[in-house]
Amino acid sequence: MTRYFLMRLGGAIPTLFVIVTLAFFLIRAAPGGPFDREQSLPPQIMANLQNAYGLDQPVWVQYGRYVRALGHGDFGPSFKYKDFTVTELIGQGLPVTLELGTFALCLALALGIPVGIFAALRHNSPADYATMSVAVVGIAIPSFVALPCLALFFGIHLRWLPVAGWEPGSIRHLVLPVVALALPPLAYIARLTRAGMLEVLHSRFIRTAVAKGLPLRTVIARHALRPALVPVVGYLAPAVASIMTGSLVVESIAGLPGVGRYLVQGALNRDYTLVMGMVIIYSTVLIVMGLVADLLYAWLDPRVRFVR
Amino acid sequence: MNVGLWRESGRRLRANTGAVIALCIVVILVAMALVGPWLSPNNLEALDWSHVAAWPGMAHAHWFGTDRLGRDLFVRTLDGARVSLAVGLVASAVSLSVGVSYGAVAGYLGGRTDQLMMRIIEILSGLPLIFFVIFLTVILGRSETLLFVSIGAVGWLTMARIVRGRTLSIRQQEFIEAAVASGASTARIIIKHVVPNVLGPVIVYATLTVPQIILFESFLSFLGLGIQEPHASLGTLIAQGAGEMEAAPWILLVPGGFLALLLLSLNILGDGLRDALDVKEGG
Amino acid sequence: MTRHAASMPTLCIENLQVTYALAGGPVEAVRDVSLTVASRECLGIVGESGSGKTQVFMAAMGLLAKNAQASGSVRFDGREILGLAPKALNRIRGSELTMIFQDPMSSLTPHLRIGVQLAEVLVTHRGFSWRDAMRAARFILERVRVPEPQRRLRQYPHELSGGMRQRVMIGMSLLCEPKLLIADEPTSALDVTVQAQIMEVLRAVRLEAAMGMVLISHDLGVVAALADRILVMYAGRVVEASPAGDLLQRPQHPYTALLLQCVPNLRTARLERMPCLPGQALGAGVRERGCAFAPRCPRATEQCRSEQPPLRSLQQSAQVACHHPLSR
Repeated sequence: MTRYFLMRLGGAIPTLFVIVTLAFFLIRAAPGGPFDREQSLPPQIMANLQNAYGLDQPVWVQYGRYVRALGHGDFGPSFKYKDFTVTELIGQGLPVTLELGTFALCLALALGIPVGIFAALRHNSPADYATMSVAVVGIAIPSFVALPCLALFFGIHLRWLPVAGWEPGSIRHLVLPVVALALPPLAYIARLTRAGMLEVLHSRFIRTAVAKGLPLRTVIARHALRPALVPVVGYLAPAVASIMTGSLVVESIAGLPGVGRYLVQGALNRDYTLVMGMVIIYSTVLIVMGLVADLLYAWLDPRVRFVR
Repeated sequence: MNVGLWRESGRRLRANTGAVIALCIVVILVAMALVGPWLSPNNLEALDWSHVAAWPGMAHAHWFGTDRLGRDLFVRTLDGARVSLAVGLVASAVSLSVGVSYGAVAGYLGGRTDQLMMRIIEILSGLPLIFFVIFLTVILGRSETLLFVSIGAVGWLTMARIVRGRTLSIRQQEFIEAAVASGASTARIIIKHVVPNVLGPVIVYATLTVPQIILFESFLSFLGLGIQEPHASLGTLIAQGAGEMEAAPWILLVPGGFLALLLLSLNILGDGLRDALDVKEGG
Repeated sequence: MTRHAASMPTLCIENLQVTYALAGGPVEAVRDVSLTVASRECLGIVGESGSGKTQVFMAAMGLLAKNAQASGSVRFDGREILGLAPKALNRIRGSELTMIFQDPMSSLTPHLRIGVQLAEVLVTHRGFSWRDAMRAARFILERVRVPEPQRRLRQYPHELSGGMRQRVMIGMSLLCEPKLLIADEPTSALDVTVQAQIMEVLRAVRLEAAMGMVLISHDLGVVAALADRILVMYAGRVVEASPAGDLLQRPQHPYTALLLQCVPNLRTARLERMPCLPGQALGAGVRERGCAFAPRCPRATEQCRSEQPPLRSLQQSAQVACHHPLSR
């Protein structure tokens, strides 16, 4: 088991490495950046960058400093905000985004899986068709359409929830953004669970479980659920990617002070180090999710653990 | 695939009510986007100061209302739809060509080259491409070409995988051996034999890639990183509408509804095609 | 055991019909089958694939697919169980009425340890605690002669050999001391050497337990070794039912006779590969007038082709469905 995990880890590290290296060289190519002949940056920012990266040193020295700094979680100074480092900016916004994303993922799983099981158990019934039709809609409608519509209906029309804004520790402000973020993955997870469950229910071992006189809920929960969830596990990393992407939009619309908003602002302001730092963080999160998914696979299907 | 299989698939597709409806909707929406603006008495750029942020209605000839600057929403939405569709189709074409070529080459050459190429795809699919696109947009500036290329980069992975799978299985078959024996060049074989057999899955995934790409482009435009003024795509319009949500909801709902309907129908159509042509991932 | 209990059959099936609703039209897998299994009796069921032999007992256990309809009567221990709601049926199956299947690899849940799959039967049906159930599971593994039972409990199905898995399945079906065990092709998916071992286990179990058994197989050798009575099925119907010794030495139905003639060695016979049986077996669902076996029967007459022969008793405890049984 440990061996399996280490193997997967070994596969993930090169990917991260590629990203980091790519980011480094892209920064150097950036027009309007410190390597641009025109030197259009304010002097204090130049000074910050010089400190951080030693811009007159040979390339490999700079690269070395860059990677070492990353190892300490130091993403360098911001291009736009002279008094802040990227790490500080990320530190401010990350908790909000993590809260948002985690809630959304949990919601998607907590609702998506039961809905999928429900539809599978009522295969070909009206309830099944209805649920799956709603799911298709959920998948197709982008979060930047869904959130304004939800806000329109629940915030303005019904006045149940606030439309935008944020207060530390407030749950009400998170409801609509979390729901809008969770909808596409929720719908997808429901579909995957249903498909997985339908397939598993035809297996011979399910027939054995039923022949043993086990109650339906035991057959589903103990025997059918784990194999049925394999496709869902495969979708975990893409689901997180979808939520991360959605958070960019959702944070901007709802005015949530998370890193997503910083990324967008940074992109519009051409704050390279900020954007680069964000990209590395997002990529790391995805890679970690991929590893988590691999571990879950091993748990769901013990045969995987023994494969060379 | 021979003619009989195509006909069988066509029959299955027609039987799928949802897909047929979806197809009609797509056709209608596209027609509206192309022809619609000419039907309205209003101009795209015209600012109608007497009807600022007006409700939709027939009376003042602003069928979908106007926005904050008095621009007619009907024309603007349909024009935005045209932009979105144009970007979507061009980027899809880019994505398709890259994906199909990559997959066909990998599948045909097989062996270590194939392994390497698939490994690259594996790594790339693990990355949040969207962030990289944003990154690139920031660094290299905003040019329309870059936009098309980077958006096109979104969909080619799945296509490459599918095509490679199909190619691998076709490669074993006899007529390929015959062609090789008769001395045809690799490129010729790929073009003449592999591509026609791969057409089915390609069509299906193309239909599913287009909405993905349109979505991506709308996403970027929504954030302000995509299509720039004076052009406006549906994404840009939705962004404007989101700002006006409380006072004038239709500014959001019209382009939003159009986009949602378009994406939904394309997805349903794609699903229907996939069922009809009986395509599974991996070839 | 009172005399009443001794004389009531454990399983009594009457006029069972199983019809599948398929795209091309309804297909009858089982046509008007009646049989009984006395308590402590081992009934062997022989037939080619498509004869309906498995479907009869899938119907009894409530395991039919959703597109299958069953009609008739199935009485277990005097209680009607055909059409019984799953909740009520669950009290009986797995405990008093158990079934083991052909392919032990795919019949065991791959992600659960053997111990769990065994213990859950006792936890569900007898209210055992998990600890007690695990202990009982170990005993049952010993009983079916699985070596190193404690270690096996913690293993997964794929870590066991085919023979061991089938022993586990048998053990699983014995945990609640059932009144009837239905074994559907228990040896077909196993190697020849392992088959003999499993037959030994079944024989031993038969002797030790006060239970009835139904042994379904296309392999005459398997059935002949263990069964008290043998039932032969063809195209969804019972064509002959006799005590085993009688059937093997004095078959009444031409089909049975042909089977026996073709089988040089009962131990290794495989019905599918019978060169001397002309024609194809009649698949399920083909509606025929007259006897289904007529096209392949060397004794067929006009009456055979036009009239369906009913199942009639010839002498005590022997039945045959034929217009011209061999004893006439």
